[in-house]
Amino acid sequence: MTSRTIPTALDPARARELRREAVDVPVILIGTGTCGLGAGAGAVLEAVRTLPAVQRRGARIVEVGCIGLCALEPMLDVQLPGRARLCFGRVDPGKARTVLDAMLGEGAWPELPLFQFPADGLQAWDGVPAIGDHPFFAPQTRLVLRNCGLIDPRSLDEYRARGGYEQWLRVLAQMTPAELCAEVERSGLRGRGGGGFPAGRKWRFAQETAAERKFLVCNADEGDPGAFMDRAVIEGDPHRLVEGMAIAAYAIGASRAYVYIRAEYPLAIANLSVALDQARQAGYLGRDIAGSGVDLDVVVKKGAGAFVCGEETALILSIEGRRGMPRPRPPFPAVSGLFGCPTVINNVETLANLPELVRIGADGFAALGTAGSKGTKVFALSGKVARTGLVEVEMGTSLADVVHAVGGGVPGGKRFKAVQIGGPSGGCIPAAHLDTPVDYESLKELGAMMGSGGLVVMDEDNCMVDVAKFFMDFIQRESCGKCIPCREGTRHMLEILQAITRHPRSEHGHMALERFQGVVNLEDLAGVIKDASLCGLGMTAPNPVLSTLRWFRDEYEAHIFGRRCPAGVCTELLSYRIDAALCNGCSRCLRECPVDAIVGEPRRPHTIIQERCVACGNCVTACHRDAVLVS
Amino acid sequence: MNGPVRSVAEILAAHPDRGREHLIPLLQEVQEAQGFVSREAVAELGAHLGLPSSRIYGVATFYNQFRFQPLGRYHVQVCRGTACHVKGSQGVFQAIKRYLQLEAGQTARDGLFSLEVVACLGACGLAPLICVNGEFHGGVDADSAVKILRRCRREAESA
Repeated sequence: MTSRTIPTALDPARARELRREAVDVPVILIGTGTCGLGAGAGAVLEAVRTLPAVQRRGARIVEVGCIGLCALEPMLDVQLPGRARLCFGRVDPGKARTVLDAMLGEGAWPELPLFQFPADGLQAWDGVPAIGDHPFFAPQTRLVLRNCGLIDPRSLDEYRARGGYEQWLRVLAQMTPAELCAEVERSGLRGRGGGGFPAGRKWRFAQETAAERKFLVCNADEGDPGAFMDRAVIEGDPHRLVEGMAIAAYAIGASRAYVYIRAEYPLAIANLSVALDQARQAGYLGRDIAGSGVDLDVVVKKGAGAFVCGEETALILSIEGRRGMPRPRPPFPAVSGLFGCPTVINNVETLANLPELVRIGADGFAALGTAGSKGTKVFALSGKVARTGLVEVEMGTSLADVVHAVGGGVPGGKRFKAVQIGGPSGGCIPAAHLDTPVDYESLKELGAMMGSGGLVVMDEDNCMVDVAKFFMDFIQRESCGKCIPCREGTRHMLEILQAITRHPRSEHGHMALERFQGVVNLEDLAGVIKDASLCGLGMTAPNPVLSTLRWFRDEYEAHIFGRRCPAGVCTELLSYRIDAALCNGCSRCLRECPVDAIVGEPRRPHTIIQERCVACGNCVTACHRDAVLVS
Repeated sequence: MNGPVRSVAEILAAHPDRGREHLIPLLQEVQEAQGFVSREAVAELGAHLGLPSSRIYGVATFYNQFRFQPLGRYHVQVCRGTACHVKGSQGVFQAIKRYLQLEAGQTARDGLFSLEVVACLGACGLAPLICVNGEFHGGVDADSAVKILRRCRREAESA
């Protein structure tokens, strides 16, 4: 394969058209990321395609990625020639039909759009807020997500029309790898995968190591439950990642790069593969790129579902076709990694930051954020919050702003309790500390960590002991089993948490003693696991327990000594009674009870024999008349 | 499934390279084609890559993705991510287990359903979430989840 000629710059008029600043026919944009499809965008797309008004006007239908406002998916945008683009949320086929009939024909508007996208030369709509004024978007600063939801992820030209691959070509022509490493180091960009190691320094280690072959690996094995930033970026703007990878690979001198991506993300894999093919075709990847003598190929490797493979050394072993069990460091991967060669592993978000970082320069990037944490951070906001979605804020923004301003607070008039940040390695932050700025150090001080960016909001109905148990159960299953503190320690911590939440009647032998010693043992064990584990997974495994213990010790005590769950989540600690006035004797609960604790004649109110009940809660879900009372 | 199932030999023929790093992609391809990794497939893979079956099982069982029994006609995945958990996925999972009479990782005897728990499907904005044969159903509760499965059963019976 010989060098390909890079496509020439886009003609300005064509670029405007691709940016949809000037459209000649109505354009209909539908968000078909995984969350959009899950909410029903597929049916909307089908309905729009067959709509007579759409066919009559020759409207163009474009599938875009996710703009980030998951709570209002599926989203449908309409742009008429000469007018600003409008966005409608929670669209179903019926609503899509009324909206489009109104906009493409003469009908009246059924309801107001969510917001519009103001742009030069396009006439704005009266009475419709601009996207920048929408409470979800107003506090955000979008670098990584700037194209998500706006461009067709399968079109190289649309990415190029927004400045795509310009920075890659500029770096290639004007900077040496050492200069590039220095620039990134000066910008203060830190790894977005959780650890927060300065990206430029990591590159410099690899760049300075002399070797015949070097590798760049993009870690897209987003295993944290509650995180979906990487998926959305790859689905919505895959070329940004490809360009970022090209820049990073050039900096360290790698001619081969891998994307290690979760197999559970089929759409992201598909879009990324399309983007890679296009980049190869256009000559942005391949041999002798743009006549510079630099070679680069990018290979997609599908992960096979192991949380521990987010750890660098485990990830490398997994690519090599082995069990993904971490090994002791040093040697660090930057010195000896994949196939024994120097390897740099960066997270998707770290790499996706690069095109923008190079464009605005190290100083421009360093101007964003706080003293120790520069730039922005993408969070996946979910749980008990009104506007779930993907949020990118400047470092140093307070968590309260993210949860209340962007997320719209806790719905249903419930009281906010805590926000879980950083996944299974992170911790919970209570309401009292919600004004904490988002940066690596402040979060660590509170016993949490930045992690990859999952933010799960919890309200008064969530039990913190149950949350700790949930994470311990996850970590205990995902521990690779190589080192004993993590394998046995996490298991024992889980057992203690189970003892705390077990029904009094199922306690045997020393279980009561174990329960009373619970908190002390948990703290001791956590210390040992933290100190003695081999890899990051083990060292951070106790965090969810420690942070909930730190802020919600009263809940633990209520479970241990009071034998009750204040939030009413731990089913085994509740007691059940049937309301005779509501029960119609349908016997559903009787059939579901595993211990025959429910008695009663058919069509007569049933009763629960308390001495037999093991508090499994089956009767509550079985009852169709809400006659089982829980206390 | 559509089209004839690709045999292991056909998959191996498409991968002349016998490096160890191809083991996981090959296992993935076999599973994609056949729905699970059979004993015979492991033996054939071993012969191709020059690895004993024990090694292959060592790798395959380490990863959550690989299954060693065939899937049901409807493969039900229940997300147990954090966001789903705080929104009550435990109750959904219990209801599904009760309705299907299956434990996680099992396939029903009649081959109609198989049940799997996944760590996170990555669509946390729609929690709680289940996925049936690749199709996402967001914002479910115990009743609506069971309703979805009932519909699958009816569909299978009428076909």
